[in-house]
Amino acid sequence: MTESDPRQELDRFELREADPYHFELDRREFLGAGLLLTLFVAPEAAAQGSGIEARLHLGEDGTVTVLSGKIEEGQGARAEIAMAAAEELGVTLAEVRVVLGDTGRVPNDGITAGSRTTPSTIPAVRRACAAARSILTQSGHKSYAEMAKSGAKIAGSTPENVALKPVPEWRILGKSQPRPDSEGLVTGEHKFPSDIRRPGMLYGAVLRPPSYGAKLESLDLAPARKMAGVVAVRDGEFAGCAAPTSFEARQAVEAMGGGARWSSSKSATSSENLYEYLKRHQGRVRDNLKGEPAAAAGKRLKAEYRCAYIQHAPMEPRAAVAEWEDGRLTVWTGTSNPFSVRDALARAFSLNPALVRVFVPDFGGGFGGKHTGEAAIEAARLAKEAGKPVSLRWTRAEEFAWAYFRPAALIEVEAALEGGRITGWDFANFNSGAAALESPYRLAHTRHRYVECESPLRPGSYRALASTANNFAREAFMDELAAEAGQDPLEFRLAHLENERIRAVLEAAAERFGWRKRVAEKRPGRGVGLACGTEKNSVVAACAEVEIDAKTGAVRLVEIVQAYECGKILNPGNLRQQVEGCILMGLGAALRERIEFAGGQVTNGSFARYRVPRFADVPKIELVLLDRPDLEPIGAGETPILVVAPAMANAYFHATGQRARTLPLAAETAQVRRG
Amino acid sequence: MPVYRFTVNGRPHSVDAPASRPLLEVLREDLDLTGTKYGCGEGQCRACTVLIDGRPSASCVTPVRNAAGRNVTTIEGLAGAGGLTPVQRAFLEQQAFQCGYCTPGMVLGAAALLERTPSPSEEQIREGLNGHICRCTGYPRIVEAVQLAARLSKEAKSDD
Repeated sequence: MTESDPRQELDRFELREADPYHFELDRREFLGAGLLLTLFVAPEAAAQGSGIEARLHLGEDGTVTVLSGKIEEGQGARAEIAMAAAEELGVTLAEVRVVLGDTGRVPNDGITAGSRTTPSTIPAVRRACAAARSILTQSGHKSYAEMAKSGAKIAGSTPENVALKPVPEWRILGKSQPRPDSEGLVTGEHKFPSDIRRPGMLYGAVLRPPSYGAKLESLDLAPARKMAGVVAVRDGEFAGCAAPTSFEARQAVEAMGGGARWSSSKSATSSENLYEYLKRHQGRVRDNLKGEPAAAAGKRLKAEYRCAYIQHAPMEPRAAVAEWEDGRLTVWTGTSNPFSVRDALARAFSLNPALVRVFVPDFGGGFGGKHTGEAAIEAARLAKEAGKPVSLRWTRAEEFAWAYFRPAALIEVEAALEGGRITGWDFANFNSGAAALESPYRLAHTRHRYVECESPLRPGSYRALASTANNFAREAFMDELAAEAGQDPLEFRLAHLENERIRAVLEAAAERFGWRKRVAEKRPGRGVGLACGTEKNSVVAACAEVEIDAKTGAVRLVEIVQAYECGKILNPGNLRQQVEGCILMGLGAALRERIEFAGGQVTNGSFARYRVPRFADVPKIELVLLDRPDLEPIGAGETPILVVAPAMANAYFHATGQRARTLPLAAETAQVRRG
Repeated sequence: MPVYRFTVNGRPHSVDAPASRPLLEVLREDLDLTGTKYGCGEGQCRACTVLIDGRPSASCVTPVRNAAGRNVTTIEGLAGAGGLTPVQRAFLEQQAFQCGYCTPGMVLGAAALLERTPSPSEEQIREGLNGHICRCTGYPRIVEAVQLAARLSKEAKSDD
């Protein structure tokens, strides 16, 4: 499988998105750019090659360096790559070094997204390392170090039929292994992108429009330039300052920003009239009709579900350090897409991509939110003006307002029910996307539609993309149908499920939770609910118990039992972390997270007003991780997020007899205390 | 600009800075102590936690003038000659981080918590660290790490 695997939904928002800035070129640069494109031969590209040597370097000290274009943002890629390499090379983990996300050295493994590292990159690393091991054996050398000292090379392409170590022989894969070099995280030594310092470096700040769509009409740079040590620049829609401290950079931006004139933007769209807006601004439709759902016999039910815009809000806001030297640009930044950011920088400054090098130090979280390179381009523009390296760190407010959002969803679903079975199914997602749009249940007559809408906020990727919304609506509606059919939600699902893997996680979660006993109990202010789902080839199910505060109506997740299966498990400790992380991130989106906006501005862009989960929100969590050594390993950083919200909404119904059809639940349930 | 004198990780510093400049930025930009992180700039996430005279403080909302005459401990100064502290060892042992960006603040917050409450219950740990955000979110593992740190601290003391 490759990165362009058709089963993976394309990051269509990003493919469609225009470059953030169009900088002016002066005449000298304009002439130079054309010459460079014809004359410059990319030395790094040539050096990278495409064979085993692009993936592996042998050190004379016995270390083996593995190179990958993937990045580490807390999801565990670094450990997994080191484990795969050590396993196939037949060396210890301590002998393996992993270099990630340096476009000047590593092969382009594509974007780190779509849970593709495990099914695509890990096999590539394993195959290259297995080939290297076979070259070592044939060479007669006793070790890789000896081979390196002899000057012998590990090179050539990886043979198609190279044998990988079978699961029963694994010593390193399949067992919990720590993140390499993690000591620097507890000592403060690790340098995140926002910690990178370069000699003579300045700090940057950017002048942001007062609202979305406002264009800069006039700006006087003089008030900023009067300040000592301050560099100020305006280039088209971009304006910013660099200064010896970030305090001075902010002051300088404020000083010049006060006199800026902006075209007014007149958006009347807000988080209050959002769903009506989406319905009125429809675009292209992807329509998949099978059979005749409209003619299906039986009682018809319909419902509408809504999911708010939310932000990824990684702990480290976007950050970049940019440095120019002799017409070459070097940038350190936190992005999931190093090569794409390199190319975006090359386009922004009309450079041959070979003149741009992007380093991605292990960075502070992304969750699908850092696929682009805005901070890198802004830092580079400031650095170009200053003639010095510039570090630009977005503020939390900028991160909330100017990073892209998980798109809001409006979902309409209608079904026909006869004899306790679904006879027809019509499901339409407006605006948010087609991931996990199709029902995994056995249904005869179906229609699945994804309707693109004009998104009032900048849409983009998110952990598991639109499957969070689609699975919420589907699983909440399955619960409504089960109630209408007078059946237990578990039995109703199983009666419509042929997929053995989903059945297995559903049964596993229900059994560990004690579903059949607990669903029959009625306790005041308490309810239980369940949900299942599949996306990106892994399967998940959860049973949840919620508590409703009698006075405030606030919903609290008391307990969740989640069963998950992603093929053969590679790193059980990290898998546990990813699943717990998905549950708790999903809890935030289920319960409270909602971007509020009006007049072209985000109005709750701070951690004080946009409440993400805290320690006090953590429920009792129990995981059932099903290991399937007979299946290939599957990426696990996204799909476990799918079931928290519907399981909670269904538990809310069990407790109150009322349906909650809008996420976050706190925005819908009456009298619920905000925050 | 006024000059402020204070101690950071046992070393005296004098810093020439506007009074309202956040301590966080002075530590990171003037003193090259980048272990302390910016997370929100409003004291809501505690990624910027430092100890001021032993008390955990949000350095992003602490103007540098408030540090004058104080002892500041950052993540870089937590481990002494004896190597990593029990809290740091416990976070490593439990791998109680994902991206790790909140970790320095979390470690300092946990160290201060254990200073006040050497044997905290799970409830006390959650309450004590509730101001810290881990977005990844590794809360369950962090609670386990603090419990382990409490045990390691006791062992270390009984060895003395």
